[in-house]
Amino acid sequence: MSAPKKLPHWADVTLVPLASVALAFVISGILIWAIGENPWNAVKLMVEGAFGSSYGWGYTLYYATNFIFTGLAVAVAFQARLFNIGGEGQAAMAGLGVALVCLYIPWPHWSLALLGASLGAAFFGAAWAFIPAWLQARRGSHIVITTIMFNFIAASVLGYFLVNVLRPQGTMDPASARFPADIRLPRLHEMLEPFGIPFSTSTPANIALFLALAMCFAVWFMLWRTRLGYQIRTFGESQTAAEYAGISPVKITVYTMLISGGLAGLMAVNSVMGEQQRLVLNAVEGAGFIGIAVALMGRNHPFGVFLAAILFGFLYQGGAELALWTNIPRELIVVIQALVILFTGALDNMVRMPLTRLFAMWGTR
Amino acid sequence: MDITVIVQIIDSTLRLSTPLLFACLAGLISERAGVFDIGLEGKMLVAAFTAAAIAFVSGNVWIGVTAAVLASVVLSLVHGLASITFRGNQLISGVAINFLAAGITVVIAQNWFRQGGRTPSLSGDARMPRLNLPFADALRDVPLIGPLYSGILSGHGLLVYVAFLCVPLTWFMLFRTRFGLRLRAVGENPAAVDTSGVSVTALRYGAVAICGVLCGLAGAYLSTGLSAGFVQEMTAGRGFIALAAMIFAKWRPWPAMWAVLLFGLLEAVANRFQNIEILGLTLPVQAMQALPYILTVVILAGFVGKAIPPRAGGQAYVKEH
Repeated sequence: MSAPKKLPHWADVTLVPLASVALAFVISGILIWAIGENPWNAVKLMVEGAFGSSYGWGYTLYYATNFIFTGLAVAVAFQARLFNIGGEGQAAMAGLGVALVCLYIPWPHWSLALLGASLGAAFFGAAWAFIPAWLQARRGSHIVITTIMFNFIAASVLGYFLVNVLRPQGTMDPASARFPADIRLPRLHEMLEPFGIPFSTSTPANIALFLALAMCFAVWFMLWRTRLGYQIRTFGESQTAAEYAGISPVKITVYTMLISGGLAGLMAVNSVMGEQQRLVLNAVEGAGFIGIAVALMGRNHPFGVFLAAILFGFLYQGGAELALWTNIPRELIVVIQALVILFTGALDNMVRMPLTRLFAMWGTR
Repeated sequence: MDITVIVQIIDSTLRLSTPLLFACLAGLISERAGVFDIGLEGKMLVAAFTAAAIAFVSGNVWIGVTAAVLASVVLSLVHGLASITFRGNQLISGVAINFLAAGITVVIAQNWFRQGGRTPSLSGDARMPRLNLPFADALRDVPLIGPLYSGILSGHGLLVYVAFLCVPLTWFMLFRTRFGLRLRAVGENPAAVDTSGVSVTALRYGAVAICGVLCGLAGAYLSTGLSAGFVQEMTAGRGFIALAAMIFAKWRPWPAMWAVLLFGLLEAVANRFQNIEILGLTLPVQAMQALPYILTVVILAGFVGKAIPPRAGGQAYVKEH
């Protein structure tokens, strides 16, 4: 085999993820066909369910908001070549932070409560990422393993708090009390009403969506317009080069993971405060892990993360509709998610090689 | 606490340790060859489903176990393809395999059996039979030997004995055979192995395949021996506990067995008691559940002896020209 030429940058950031997703969809289609359902019908149902009504849009955007936060979290860490697999645990702990802030502080207005809850969520998420970060930086403990372990530890801590501390007396359900009604976050339909745009009143999409969009911009600005971002990216490109340039690996590892954990934590504002309005045992519902797929597909760029989050929001809402109307369970989405992770993150060379060859053929013609 | 309770707890420790031990040795062999595998959980899950489904359909547990091993090996070959052939990120590949397993088992189970993503419960020949060791019944009432032999050692499924037999086998394979020497070398310094004319790719695929077989047995025991059928997400983090045990044991087979027994004991105790009182302090059940993970982090942090993984672990080998 001749030395493989490099793929042009634009093709690498667009065609490789698109081809990967296409592959994932084709394989999922075959799976749907194999279990005796009609793949084309399934696609139609999913698109209709996710985008065919403002109800569908509301849920799609609600899920997408979660995935923007967790996707950004994974993407920021990836920029420093750290694999933060602990978004799930960080978001779970952040839920605890949101619950404490909302339950124990009497907020005069929802906007102040939003600020407080965001800080609480980011703080708890970042704190939960701090220990693995510090252990990686100082003791060389592999951050992938420690963050996995911290996911499980978070589940136990949360379980303890919900059963023994936050559970109102007389209830069996391991869940906190409901947050006060006057700090309920404005839902999307309430925000669109003044503009005369009718929107489904029964969807959980809320103001946290705009917080997520702001975070996309903030992360972009941080990574490409600040000194810290430059240091993070340099560290990710080459640790030795970064050290020669006087960048402290301990500092960058810890800072990056704090930002990452904080971003993952913000997800709790959307889910715990925006939707459930109380803390339940499994508030994260795997969104922390979907962040991995979102970041990989979005090529670790905030704009890519935004697009990928919308795609996964669509898959989640569409998948729920699919489960409602056909015999295909929701877990089909987990299969698609797995295939996206596999093709974009692990088998990317398999996808890239034929594309590279194609471009080489084009170039010589 | 009376003696029967202790016997029961140790007895269930052995059973709960079995899937952990298989998976732990699986990860150990793979990582010794330089291929990180955080997909143990997924392979176990697919194997658990396959074993239960095929055992139910065929009515024979051993056909189920064989199918489980095959299914698990297929997944490990996907991992091999990604991490050895295409030099992809081994950790991401493992993550993908875990999700693939979590999703596909439910999709197929729901479609096949229509019981909400589970298999029908197994009975008769579809379940793993319990072996009574010779004279177990005769010795049952002998003090000390009775509870020890008849109560604890006897009466488990065949795979329990196989799992504990795999410990010396793995040790022998890794440290007393040429294959094992090369396998360890390929995890430490693949270039040296390559220079001596042995194929790095073949060795790593070999290790990954063995890992698949062992994960298959782990999952098969889970759904046909430990429980009677498959339910969604039934591995419940056992693949990660096995990973934790592997690190705890610093990638060595005998310590792996002790680590697994410790974690199995924790699970057995947590299953039996809700909260435990020690010196006036109440230890909540959640603390017991989190303990394996906390212990692993402490070991990883190097405060109690340093856990150093194989040097070439996680890196694809690029042949020099």
